[in-house]
Order: sequence, then structure tokens, then C-alpha cells
Amino acid sequence: MAENNANLMESTKPPLMVSVRGLVNRFGQQTVHDDLAMDVYRGEIFGLIGGSGTGKSVLLRSILGLRSPQSGSIEIEGRDITQMNRAQLLKVKRSYGVTFQHGALFSALTVSQNVQLPLAEYCDLPSQVLESLALQKIRLVGLDDSAADKFPSQLSGGMIKRASLARALILDPQLLFLDEPTSGLDPIAAAAFDDLLLYLQKSLQLTVVMITHDLDSIFRTCNRVGVIVDRRMISGTLPEVLKEEHPWIREYFHGPRAGAVRDAVLSSSVSSGV
Amino acid sequence: MLIEWLSTAEEQTVRLSGAWCAESVGSLEKEVDALVIPSAVHVWLDASQVTNMDLTGAWFVRRFQARLDQCSTSYSWRGTPPPTVEFVQHSLERDIGSDGNGHRDGLRAREQLGRLTLNQVESLREALDFTGRIGAVLRRAAGSWRALRAASITRHVYEAGLLAIPIVALIAFLISVIVAYIGAQELKQFGGEVFVVDLVSVSVLRELGVLLTSIIVAGRSGSSYAAEIGVMQLNEEVDALRAMGVDPVEVLVLPRILGLVLALPLLTVIADAMGIAGGAVLSWLVLGIPFNQFAVRMQEALSPTTFWAGLIKAPIFAILIAAVGTYRGLQVRDSSRELGRLTTQAVVESIFLVLLADAIFAVVYWEIDF
Repeated sequence: MAENNANLMESTKPPLMVSVRGLVNRFGQQTVHDDLAMDVYRGEIFGLIGGSGTGKSVLLRSILGLRSPQSGSIEIEGRDITQMNRAQLLKVKRSYGVTFQHGALFSALTVSQNVQLPLAEYCDLPSQVLESLALQKIRLVGLDDSAADKFPSQLSGGMIKRASLARALILDPQLLFLDEPTSGLDPIAAAAFDDLLLYLQKSLQLTVVMITHDLDSIFRTCNRVGVIVDRRMISGTLPEVLKEEHPWIREYFHGPRAGAVRDAVLSSSVSSGV
Repeated sequence: MLIEWLSTAEEQTVRLSGAWCAESVGSLEKEVDALVIPSAVHVWLDASQVTNMDLTGAWFVRRFQARLDQCSTSYSWRGTPPPTVEFVQHSLERDIGSDGNGHRDGLRAREQLGRLTLNQVESLREALDFTGRIGAVLRRAAGSWRALRAASITRHVYEAGLLAIPIVALIAFLISVIVAYIGAQELKQFGGEVFVVDLVSVSVLRELGVLLTSIIVAGRSGSSYAAEIGVMQLNEEVDALRAMGVDPVEVLVLPRILGLVLALPLLTVIADAMGIAGGAVLSWLVLGIPFNQFAVRMQEALSPTTFWAGLIKAPIFAILIAAVGTYRGLQVRDSSRELGRLTTQAVVESIFLVLLADAIFAVVYWEIDF
């Protein structure tokens, strides 16, 4: 189904959601990104891949406006965030949701309070409305109602990831950034999270950019992927990227851990006539 | 205008328009709840003018529909209902009545009293357990250089002692200036200005020097011990130590206690010296007592034990401060709020214990005429 969507998008060319051009990020002498370009189209799930230390998180932090790059432009829905003042940037920041690798839930607040927080900061609402809207999002990510009153320390790893997704969704963003959403989950929980992501993307028409190392997750959910190699990005649909000759990409997708998944997914997409 | 009630002779219509989304949540809440609903009629809901309906908007539609139900006003959609409303209705609602919770019933007073007592007993037991473990580790450490962790102790002497010298010196100087000044004012009435020397030197050496130093150190180092170990506890670093078979009391608690036992007496000596200096400077400036006369008078006022009566308390206070700080740090569990609460508690309790111990010292000194 993922392939289906991708093909559909290629033909209709949906508008760009995120567009990065000529991005340069440097730490002292070390150049992390050099003239990096990245495009994410509306409605797709875009997987961001790369070895440790290739700057996936730095790229994400740049796009989120948490770090100003040395040069380059970063457009979110057509507006360049590197040229924005504080107020404009704040408005953009409210238009997307983010989850962090370890959840980053506020440990002193309950799940419900965590989820309410962005909304409560955004405008004054009666607490009953806040609680009820939070409960809506808690249910949306597949958590039980009883999780609402729990503290983050009482949650399992999978529940933390879901609660943090609920918090990212509270302002109903069109764009979602996920940093390793399935890392640290067992295969069953990770697959359930993939299902959730596909379900949300389908029912809410979300655009998702996610950093991930989880090959199953990449093959199941991503419409397109971008691989950071040699300080640049190679991106495309999975079959396109699989054809790349770059040694790291070959190693990554053709290594011992990838073989079985890749074959299974690709053969199923061939047999279904894509 | 997001919601409007249009009524004509034939029919009633509620027209939703504009952006029903999270961005306009403030106005949605006001307008939806402000709309007056006539009871027992039938209305058409018209969403054709809505530009954007997300889950938050749909929640408000459902809230409005619930209000219609309450007024026993029936409704139906003109055209197709927005898909997100359907989605919310079918996937995200379980029992509308149970939305929002009021089910947390408070514990009864008697039950609370019982819990409080049990908690107190438990925390007393834990504190005793902690003290016992320090003793056990100390015995083990006495037998081997490695367990004593000289490098770690040195670091704590440096951080709690050397780095605290400027603030301790300044405060000791200022406080003794204040004591001397007030003393001079009072004693002038009897023509006994020279007794300012006795007042300053005895009070600084016996009490003020060590007490002020301890309170400053409790604020500086007691809190940092609790916070440092607390964050390690939150990051599971303490569990990692335990899993490696390393005793956290040995690597985290003991070096801090021993480091402070070394540092606090040294700081006290500095505070004593600065306190005397403050008194001397003020006596010279305000009362015209020259330094050499101040020194002679001071020697007459002090007994050989005065200095030691103050200094001997320093290691005891150091043990109290370091033990409470590390103990509270190790108690941190689960949340950043706990960290803040226990750090505060560590400082408050260590200051309290220092003052309590000082009072006990005063009584004992009186009894043995020290």
C-alpha cells in the first residue's frame, strides 16, 4: 500500500511540505552537512536514514529551528524559517508536532497534563475542555483511558512513545517529526506503532518525517526515504534508493539484517502488481 | 463567526463556517457554548461553509451535538457530515457521559493519619539503614586504600572547600562587623567598649565561625550532593553501579562525607580568622582600639579551649550535612519534581540538624564547663 501511495504521488506531484536547499552545518572544523537538499511532499511518510554521526539529529534540529545552520534555506510549507523573526518562527513551530527519541515527557506531570500542555500554553480553556481534548488524543494513539492519570515513570517504553505522540498531535498539526519512534520497542510493539502511524496518516492526512533505524518500519511505512551519506542526501522511493550504488547504502539495505525484510516486502509489492 | 443560528418560518439551520481547527480553539469554545438553543425543535446542521475541520474542531461539533441532545433538540446534517466528525464519533468516543473524570475519591482522614505514621516509621528505618551502611562501608574502607578513593575525596575537598573560601570569608567578615557594631553601641552606655573584643572573639570562635560556615556549606554543597546524586538516580546511573557490583555508598556517599569532614574544619579556621579580622577592623575604625591592643585584650578574653570548642564541632556538622545531602539524593525517584523537592529537603534538614547539634553541644559544654 505504501508503494501505491508513492506512485500516486509521483504522478500528481503534491505540494512540498518541507524543502531544504544548500544546507551547510558545521561544528568547528567538522562539516556535518555540505550542500544538503531534501524534499518532503504533502501526505507522505518520509524516512530519514544514516549511520551514527552522519547528522540526522542535526538535520532535524535545523528543520525544527532549534539550530541555525551555517548556510542554506529551510522551507516549511513554502516559507523559509531561516529568514524568520521570533514571532513568525513561533507560529511555524505551533504548526507541527514533534516527538523526541526518549519521549521527553515532563516527568512531574501526568500523561493527560503532558498532552494538554501545548494547548494550555496556546490559549485559555476551561480545564474540563482541556482534559477532554487530551483524552481524545490519548485515545487516538491507542492508549487506554486509565493511562491519562499516570505519570511517565509508570509507563512502559511503548506507552511513553504513544503518549509523546499524543502530545505532538494535540494542536492537530499537518506535519509530524518523529525521532526514532520505534527504537527500544519490542518487535510487536514496534509493529503496532507502525500500524498506528499508517492509520493516523491515512485518517488525518498527515505528513510525517521520521528518523529511524528500524528496517521493518522503513519498509512498512515509508513512501520515500532520504539517506545521509558523505554529508549529502540521496532520496527517493525505496526501490529507487535500493538501486543506488553507494557502498553504505548497499551495506545498509543488503546487509544480513535487511535481506529477509527487503525480499518479503519487494516480492509482495511485485505480486500485487505495482 | 464560526457558528450561526439561522431561523426562518419553515426551518431552523445551524451554519458552521470558517476554520474549525485547533488554531481557533479559543473562539470555538466561546461561540459554541454561547449559542442559545431553543428546545424541542429540529435543526439542520450545515457544514458546507467550513474551510477546515480537524479533530479539535470535530470535538467541538460533538460537544455542540451533546448540548442539542440535552435540550432534546433533534438534528440532522444537510449534505454529508464532515469526515473528521464521523471519525471522532466512531473511533474516539467511548461513553460520552464518562468524559472528564471526577472519580478520584479522597482518602479518609483516619486512613491518611495511618499512612503518614507508617511513612514516618519507614523513613526512620531507612535513615537508620543508611547510617548503618555508611558505618559498614567505612569499616571496609579503613582496611584498604582503594576503597577510600583518594582522588574522589580530593575533588570534593576542592569543590566544597577551596571554592567556598571567598563566600565564607566574606560572610564571616561581614557578620562579625555587624556583631561588633551592635556590641559597641550597647557597651558604650556602660563605658565598656573594650569588651567588644571579648564579644567578637568569643562568639566568633565558639559559635559564629563554625555555624555560619556550616550553613553556607549546607546551602552550597548539601544541595549539590542531593542534586548530583538525584540526577544520577534518574538516569539509572546508580542502578548501573549496583549492577556492576559497585556499592553506591562507597563511591558516591563516603567520598563526599570524608571530603566535607576535611573541608569544613579548614573553612571554619578561615571563617574564624576573617571574623576576628572583621572585629579588629571595626574596633579600630569605630572605637579607636589599635590592632596590638585588640590582640592583647583578645588573649586575655580567650581561654585555651575557646578555639577548639568551635572547631571540634565542624567535622560533626560536616557528617550531618553530607549524609543528609547524599541520603536525600539517593531517594530521588522517577521525576524532576522529586529532585527539586528532595534537594530542598536536604538543605532544610541539614541546616536544622546542624542547629540542633549545636544546641546539644552548648548544653554539653555548659555541663562539662568546657
